[in-house]
Amino acid sequence: MKRPGALFQPVLELLAALGRRFHFLAVSVTLIPSVLGRPRSFIEQLFYLGSVSVILIAVGGLFVGLVLTLQFYSALSRFGATSSLGGLVTLALLRELGPVLTALLFAGRAGTSLASELGLMRATRQIDAMEVMAVDPMRRVVAPRFLAGLLAMPLLAGIFSAMGVLGSYLIGIKMMGLDPGVFWSSMRHEVSFHSDFMNGMVKSLIFGVACSLISLYEGFHARPTAEGVGRATTRSVVISSMTILALDFLLTSLMF
Amino acid sequence: MRQIRSLEVTTGLFVLLGVAALFYLATQTTNYRTYGGHSYGVKAFFNNVGGLHVGAPVRMGGVTIGRVTAIRYNMSRYQAEVDLIISDHYDKIPADSTASILTEGVLGEQYIGVSPGGAPTFLHNGSTIHFTQSAIILENLLGQLLTHGSHSGK
Repeated sequence: MKRPGALFQPVLELLAALGRRFHFLAVSVTLIPSVLGRPRSFIEQLFYLGSVSVILIAVGGLFVGLVLTLQFYSALSRFGATSSLGGLVTLALLRELGPVLTALLFAGRAGTSLASELGLMRATRQIDAMEVMAVDPMRRVVAPRFLAGLLAMPLLAGIFSAMGVLGSYLIGIKMMGLDPGVFWSSMRHEVSFHSDFMNGMVKSLIFGVACSLISLYEGFHARPTAEGVGRATTRSVVISSMTILALDFLLTSLMF
Repeated sequence: MRQIRSLEVTTGLFVLLGVAALFYLATQTTNYRTYGGHSYGVKAFFNNVGGLHVGAPVRMGGVTIGRVTAIRYNMSRYQAEVDLIISDHYDKIPADSTASILTEGVLGEQYIGVSPGGAPTFLHNGSTIHFTQSAIILENLLGQLLTHGSHSGK
């Protein structure tokens, strides 16, 4: 006979897991001002999370723009509505594909490196050593990475979307021979600064928080074994990706 | 030291690139520019605004001169009240100009077209466009056409 409380055990565990993550988030956020006092480590992290991802993000954005334009072109030409091609591609990029695909690529490119780095620090007892030396690892290790991830995401999403627009221009105008004036003016006409551009930015900022938080948490709380580091890295990608997709649905239904 | 320097330069380059991309997207691909600059507000009352929405362009001779900033129903006039902002570059629009709600193409977006009148006074901040023409509702038009067709067929 089980205890009656055992029935709620999974629910309690889920709540506790959520609670630990939000506590981690709250501590990271409160430590952000301390990062500004030590900009060196922050700049270093911005390099490892942002600069090294630029090539991947730019190429990704370019190809998404190319493919999207080809697909939209074939669909729109059936209705003779290719004049709104530029606007449609830019809307799709700014509202959905830019923030979401950037976040997914970021989770794979930078999130894994965060998780495995912190996991290895845990496994090689560097984090314990810091605590012994009365150095707060949250302040020293987590906070600069968190802030860097948070800021890198919207910048990367911007690069992604801008490259997507470039790709769209290459296909639409250079290859399909659309009129450049119609192409650019349909963008300015269809895309609103407040409801499309700014909401896309808000989305990608929130993805930045979620993605860096999850990767850092998984790495920080990895089991201190070789296997534990591997698992933490995998979990960081899986949880980040699912969180991004779920958050995207939630945010989209709230915003638009 | 040298390695740190190149790291900082690359990071700076990344931030610059990101900000430039965002700036480009905001100013070149959205309607951001038409919101900026100095402008003045005028009002217009319509019996029916159709599918007009906030942010729709105001055009004169096909050139965008402003935007719709608000649409609400005026309970004392029983008409739709539309607020427009018009760029300061276009400050010599005659006060008796006509505002009509037009549609771009057959199924396109609706916008406000202003055709100039002949008055010596001009629209200024807070003035009202008195001559307006409501949106043409395609459904009503089709309905009229159908009933008309069936009558003449009898």
